[in-house]
Amino acid sequence: MTVMTREQREQMAFRTWVADKLFLGMSFGDYVKKQITPFNIIAALILAVGIPVTFVRFTQGLAATTHLTDNYPWGLWIGVDVLCGVALAAGGFTLGSAVYLFGMKEYHAIVRPAVLTGFLGYFFVVVGLCFDLGRPWRLPYPMLVSYGTTSVMFLVGWHVALYLTCQFVEFCPAIFEWLGWKNFRKWAVRLTIGATVFGVILSTLHQSALGALFLLAPGKLHPLWYTSFIPVFFLVSAIIGGISMVIFESMLSHRVFSNQINHQDHNHFDKLTIGLGKAAATILFGYFCLKWVGVAHGQHWDLLNTPLGRWFLVEVIGFVLFPCLLFVWAVRRESAAWARVAAIWTVLGIILNRVNVSMVAFNWNLPDRYFPKWTEFVVTITIITVFILTFRWIVNRMPVLWEHPEYPPEYEQA
Amino acid sequence: MTITRRDFLKATGIAGATGLLSIPTVAQAQEFFPGWPDRYGVLNDCTLCIGCRRCEEACNRVNGNPPPKVPLDDKSVFNTVRRTDAKNFTVVNRFPNPNRDKPPIYVKRQCMHCNEPACASACLVAAFSKTAAGAVLYNSKVCIGCRYCMTACPFYVPSYEYDSPYTPRVVKCTMCYDRITREGKLPGCVEACPVEALTFGKRSDLIRIARERILRNPDKYVDHIYGEHEVGGTSWMYLSGVPFDKIGFRTDLGITPYPELTRGFLSAVPLVLTLWPVFFTGVYMFSRRREQIAKTEDSSHEREEGPS
Repeated sequence: MTVMTREQREQMAFRTWVADKLFLGMSFGDYVKKQITPFNIIAALILAVGIPVTFVRFTQGLAATTHLTDNYPWGLWIGVDVLCGVALAAGGFTLGSAVYLFGMKEYHAIVRPAVLTGFLGYFFVVVGLCFDLGRPWRLPYPMLVSYGTTSVMFLVGWHVALYLTCQFVEFCPAIFEWLGWKNFRKWAVRLTIGATVFGVILSTLHQSALGALFLLAPGKLHPLWYTSFIPVFFLVSAIIGGISMVIFESMLSHRVFSNQINHQDHNHFDKLTIGLGKAAATILFGYFCLKWVGVAHGQHWDLLNTPLGRWFLVEVIGFVLFPCLLFVWAVRRESAAWARVAAIWTVLGIILNRVNVSMVAFNWNLPDRYFPKWTEFVVTITIITVFILTFRWIVNRMPVLWEHPEYPPEYEQA
Repeated sequence: MTITRRDFLKATGIAGATGLLSIPTVAQAQEFFPGWPDRYGVLNDCTLCIGCRRCEEACNRVNGNPPPKVPLDDKSVFNTVRRTDAKNFTVVNRFPNPNRDKPPIYVKRQCMHCNEPACASACLVAAFSKTAAGAVLYNSKVCIGCRYCMTACPFYVPSYEYDSPYTPRVVKCTMCYDRITREGKLPGCVEACPVEALTFGKRSDLIRIARERILRNPDKYVDHIYGEHEVGGTSWMYLSGVPFDKIGFRTDLGITPYPELTRGFLSAVPLVLTLWPVFFTGVYMFSRRREQIAKTEDSSHEREEGPS
């Protein structure tokens, strides 16, 4: 029998810790072998294209990788990566406030994945933004160097930065449970309510501010989309997008990570989905009415019978009213499956709206149109892929979908 | 010295009255700031322009841009309507005359140097400023390259150096700021114009000149100075013999200065910041209370039924 020195023992303990925390309790070799799956191969292929394109973007500039022009300064990266990203990451604040502030504790099991989706969503929005900014290394300038307080963009910049911090704080309990740092966790839990309230305020403001950005483009954005209510439209549709995304994301999680949650009652999970569907149906209907208030307010009824007017009807009837009715139907029949279909449809509708506002209905009176370059699509797909990989990496390690047995849930302590 | 009740009331009364009076005057002073009094501008009389494009050439030379790609005598350049870009801060376009038998109309475009610029109100790092001389200037030292200024500009003026990977700038006409303020010269384009279609001067004088021209030649001009009131007024203004929408001008932009468009939203921000915490704390306490009542009811139930 060999006697280990103290140093050796420490080294050994560190190795087990690394294997436990990073390699899911496997040796490094086993862990690597385990990674060869169809999904990972596809992800690797995407990265194999995405990484060189990223390199070209940051060495050759925007002209080499985008079809942006002086008339179209904002394209796919702003329209999808930023506008859609922020709207669809709204689930974090929606569910956070439902559980921690409104006391709807039955939804507690899906708060953490929603907060994680929100946090990572915002994080990758900032990553996407860095691709689009001319000088991304000056990202902190509006906070540190020069203050353009008359700008809606100034508000967006500050809020996204602060909100990212808030979401991180909200997610900290999970990180500390994973690391086993009990004292830190206690403090983090105490901060949760504060972070949630602050997060709701920030979200209200920057979700609507993203819409308010377009208030400065009355001559460019088609009158059916341009209304002084556009900040409210963006906020309300983001809440809907957030809820739908939570339904969609939890559906995927339950399939992909079923080993982590098979102790949970599937009926209960379906009930939560239907409950969220009920909320989505109500807000969607309100949003549907709001859209018509916008048309009525601008008195643009005559524009409905134009090509873009018909496209507006496709959005409002096909992607707002229709999923709303689908949700109602799903709730009536108590069918979680149909609620999931409605949720996916709604998410597509939110994406359609943001694409319409930022690209299709933008510069509607100009003869030249913008269509993204292939490299723009590659970057967007790469960012989504890295998002999924990061999400999976965290969910496989930290108590996100399951509750850590050693810790009581946050809402009992906060 | 003792202060009597009467003195105290008098003093507070005066303080209160000055407070009440001074607030509205400050607010009014901000509301009605009529712009820098001696700001410069240029009056472009489109009835005089011959489309020689020497202004383009001079502009490129003065700003260190390469000379215009299409030579000045090549009229094919007018087959398309161009806009300003990163290497050309001004362009001349040709429009057919709505009165068929009359010659085409040439229109020079460049930054309008708005009285209350949309680009400046859009910029999150305050890179744009409306100078007292009237020029709207851009500071590349703080620009992060979000290009919101380009989205906001109603005249499609600012351009971006998309080719530059490390130091891309927003670029546009500066009204030759250094030339007009330090060197006592005219803007490059104005100096180069052989037919005096462009008049440089104080904006207030230019409006008088324009009015006079319209008054003296009512048949030659439409009765409108483009830029006098558009989007709150601009430093570059235009006279034309045909309606402005026939020669590439947007006539649906209104007279509201663009910063006003976001003012309502921005002023709601402090309200949300202060009222939302109150509202959500209320909701939180309400749900807490409901929970506690439910708990006490549960325990009293248990007591009544007793241990089973």
